[in-house]
Amino acid sequence: MNHKKSIAILFLLVLPAGLAGVWLLQHSIDARLAILHEEQDEVLLHSGKMVKILSLEYAPLMADVYWTRVVQYYGSKDERREQNLDSLWPLLDLATTLDPNLLPAYRFGSTFLAEARPVGAGRPDLAIQLIQRGIQENPNYWRLYQDLGNTYYFTLRDYQKASEAFLAGSKNPAAPPWMKIMAARIVERGDTRQISRFLWSDIYQTTQDPTIKENAKMHLLLLKTDDDKEQLNLFLADFSKKTGRSAESLRELVQAGMLQGLPTDPAGYPYVLGKSGEAELNPKSPLAEKEPLYRRF
Amino acid sequence: MQVEEGEAFGFLGPNGAGKSTTIKLLMGIIFPTAGSAKILGHSITDVEMHKDIGYLPEQPYFYDYLTAAELLDYFARFYGFNAAERKERVARMLKKVGLETAGKIQLRKYSKGMLQRVGLAQAILHDPKVVILDEPMSGLDPIGRHEVRDIILELKREGKTVFFSTHILTDAEVLCDKVGVIVGGKLQGVGRPDEIVGMKSQGMEILFEADAADARSAAIRAKANKSGSRYALRVPEDSLYSALDELHATGAKIASVAQIKPTLEEYFLHLVEKDRAQAAAIEVSGK
Amino acid sequence: MTRIAAVAWNTFREAVRDRVLYNLVFFALLMIAAAILVGQISLGIETIVIVSLGLSAVSIIGLLIAVFTGVGLVSKEMDKRTLYALLAKPVRRWEFLVGKFGGLVLTLTVNTAAMAVGLFLALLFVKHSLDRGDAVVLVAVYFILLKLAIVVALSLLFSCFTSQLLAILFTAGLYVAGLFLSEMRNLSGSRVGPMMQILFSWVSYLLPNFENFNVMAAAAHGKAIPGILILHNTLYAILYCGIVLAGASVVFSRRNLK
Repeated sequence: MNHKKSIAILFLLVLPAGLAGVWLLQHSIDARLAILHEEQDEVLLHSGKMVKILSLEYAPLMADVYWTRVVQYYGSKDERREQNLDSLWPLLDLATTLDPNLLPAYRFGSTFLAEARPVGAGRPDLAIQLIQRGIQENPNYWRLYQDLGNTYYFTLRDYQKASEAFLAGSKNPAAPPWMKIMAARIVERGDTRQISRFLWSDIYQTTQDPTIKENAKMHLLLLKTDDDKEQLNLFLADFSKKTGRSAESLRELVQAGMLQGLPTDPAGYPYVLGKSGEAELNPKSPLAEKEPLYRRF
Repeated sequence: MQVEEGEAFGFLGPNGAGKSTTIKLLMGIIFPTAGSAKILGHSITDVEMHKDIGYLPEQPYFYDYLTAAELLDYFARFYGFNAAERKERVARMLKKVGLETAGKIQLRKYSKGMLQRVGLAQAILHDPKVVILDEPMSGLDPIGRHEVRDIILELKREGKTVFFSTHILTDAEVLCDKVGVIVGGKLQGVGRPDEIVGMKSQGMEILFEADAADARSAAIRAKANKSGSRYALRVPEDSLYSALDELHATGAKIASVAQIKPTLEEYFLHLVEKDRAQAAAIEVSGK
Repeated sequence: MTRIAAVAWNTFREAVRDRVLYNLVFFALLMIAAAILVGQISLGIETIVIVSLGLSAVSIIGLLIAVFTGVGLVSKEMDKRTLYALLAKPVRRWEFLVGKFGGLVLTLTVNTAAMAVGLFLALLFVKHSLDRGDAVVLVAVYFILLKLAIVVALSLLFSCFTSQLLAILFTAGLYVAGLFLSEMRNLSGSRVGPMMQILFSWVSYLLPNFENFNVMAAAAHGKAIPGILILHNTLYAILYCGIVLAGASVVFSRRNLK
C-alpha cells in the first residue's frame, strides 16, 4: 500500500474511530470502577491522600506496611524513651486511608487509642473517629459497632451512645443476639461489673489479635479482683457487725471462720486490708501496679 | 543498470562507493529518494516478489539463541513450506554450505565464516530465481572463498541469476558474465569484464630463467626485468615467436608466456583517480 | 497470518532462551515467598498481604519485562541487523511488528501465569484451602496482563522512531501519567483555568488509563469483580493496542534502516 495512503487512513479513520471507542469505553469503565471502589471522604486528612498518590497503585500494600508498623510501634512502647503513643493515631490514620478495608487496624485502634495512658494513647475521641470511618467503609462488619459501643461504654461512659451503637450493630443479621440485649441493659443500668465482664469476655474469646486479647484479659482479671474485693468487704462489714469492731487484718476473718484461707488474687498474691478499712490488692502483686493503669478514675 | 536472467553479475567498487546502499535499496531496507527499480518485472516495493529472490546481507548477524537449523526452519516458514519440506530443505542447505555438523549449535557460538555460510544458506534455501549477495566472500578463509565460488558457479549452472557485490576483483573476473563498476555513488560502466577493461592488449610477457654468467643471453637479459632468479621480457605480440627462438638459442629456460592486459584492478584505480580528481575540481570551484 | 505467527513464535522462543527472564520470574517468586513471611507478622491480614504483595510483584516484574524487552524488540533487530535478512523474505513490515507484539505478549502471559501459580500456592499455604473469593485474584492477574499488552504496544511504537533510552523513558512516563488520569480529570477549573481544564479533560480520556486495570484492593479483600468490567477492559486493551500498533506500522513502514 502506498505510504501516503496509509498515513491518511491512519489519521482520518483509525485514530478518530479508535479514540472515540476508547472514550466511550473509558466512561463505562469509570462507572464500574466507582461502584467497586468506595469514593473517598473529603474529610480525610490530606496527608493520607498524598501517601496514596505517592504509592501509586500499591496503596493496599502501603497500608499493610503501616499496619505492621502500628503493631511494632505498640509492641515496643515500653522500650522507647518517650512513654507516649502519639504516633499511634497518625499511623492508623494512614493505614486506614490507604486501605479503608483494613479491619484489624480499626479494631486495634478502637482499643488502644481509647485506653488511658500509658496503656493506650488516651484519645477516645480519635478512637471514635477511626471506628466511624471503619463503619462507613465497611458497613456490613458488625464487630465495628461492638468496638464503638465498647469505647462509648468503657472510656467515655456515654451509655446512651453505647446503647445506640450496640443497637445499630444488632441489626446486622450476622450479629449475635446479645448485642440487642446489651443495648437495652446498658441504657437501663449503666456501668455494671456484669456488663463489663460480659463485654470484655466476648472480646477475649473472639479476637485473634494477641495484643487485644492480652488487654481484655487484664481487664477481666481486674474485674475479678473487684469481685473479690467486694466480697471481702462484705465479709469485713459482717465481721464488724458481729464483733463490733473493725478487723485489723484479713487473717482475723480466717480466724473467725469466715474464710477458708487467705484469699489470693489471680496472680497468686493474698489480698490485704488497706488503711481505708477495705480490701485491697497486695502491693507486691503485679496486678497492683497494673490496676491504676487500667482504671480511668 | 540491467541484469539479464541467468547472468552472474559482479557489482564492483571501492569501500563506500555505494554497493551496499544500492543493494539495500533493492531489498527495501532503505527507500530511494528518486528513481525506480524492478526485479523479475515487479517493482521493488512488491513484497510478494521476495518469494523469488534470495538475499545475503553484508556481515550477517542472526539471532543469538537459535541454532542454524532453527534459523533456517524459521525463515523457511515465510515461503509457505510445510514441516516435511522445511526439514528436507534445511538439511540439504546445511550440507551444501558445509555446516552439517554445526546445525544444532547456537548461532552466538558461530565464527564469522560460519555466519557467512548460514547467510548463504538462508538466501538460497527456497530455490529463488535471483540471488543477491552483498560481499559474499568477506570473512572467509581461502578454502571458504573457494567453496562460495563453487556455490555461485553451481547456481549459475542451475540457471539462476546471481548478483553480488565485492571489492575483490579477481573473484569478479573469474565468476562474472558482466560487471558493473560504481565509484563515488555513480555507475561508471557496465559490461563484460574484458570489455570494460578495453580490448587493447599490451603485448606478451615471457618469463625465463638464465644463467647470469652465460654470455649468450646477456643481450636479451639486458632488455628484461629481473626479479629474483627470473627475468620478465615484454615483447609486442607479433614479435613473440622470434623472441622465443632467440631465447631458446641462448639456452635460457622458458617459464611462462602470457598476454599483458590491463586488469580490472588497473581500470579500477584509474576510475577512482578520475573520481577523486573530479571531486577535488568541484571543491576548488566552490561547490 | 502464518507469517505473523512465525515471527511471534520466534520472538517467544528467543525471549524464553534469554535467561534474564528466568531471573526476573525467580525474583517475583521470591517476593511472593517474602509475602508469606510478612503476612505472619501482620496479624489477621495474611491473605491481604500476600495478595497485595504478590500482585505488586507480578505487576512490577511484568512492567520491567514489557518496557525493557518491548523496547528492544525492534531496536535490537535494527541495531544488530538481524532484520535485514528477514525483510528480504515475503513479509510486510507491519506483519513483522504485529508478530513481535504477539510474541512478547505470549511471553508475558506465560510469565504472569507462572507467577500467578506461585501466588496461589502461597495463598493455599496460608489459608489451607481456596474458596470462590480467591478467583478475584485471577481476574486481577488478567487485568495486569491487559495493562502489560498496552505497555508493550507503546514501547514498540516509541522504539520505532526514537533511541532505546528515549523509548524507555517515554513509555515509563506514559505509564505513570496513566495512573493519575482520574486526578487530572478532577482538576478544578479555578486552579488551572477553564481552557486548560477542558484540555486536561480531553487528554485524560484519550491517554491510556492504566488505573482501569487496578483492582488490587478488591482482590486483596475478595470482592467480586463484575463481568461487564472484565469485558470492557478487554475491549479497551484490544482497541488501544490496535491504535498504537497501527501507528507503529505506519511509522515503521517508511523507516530507513541503517
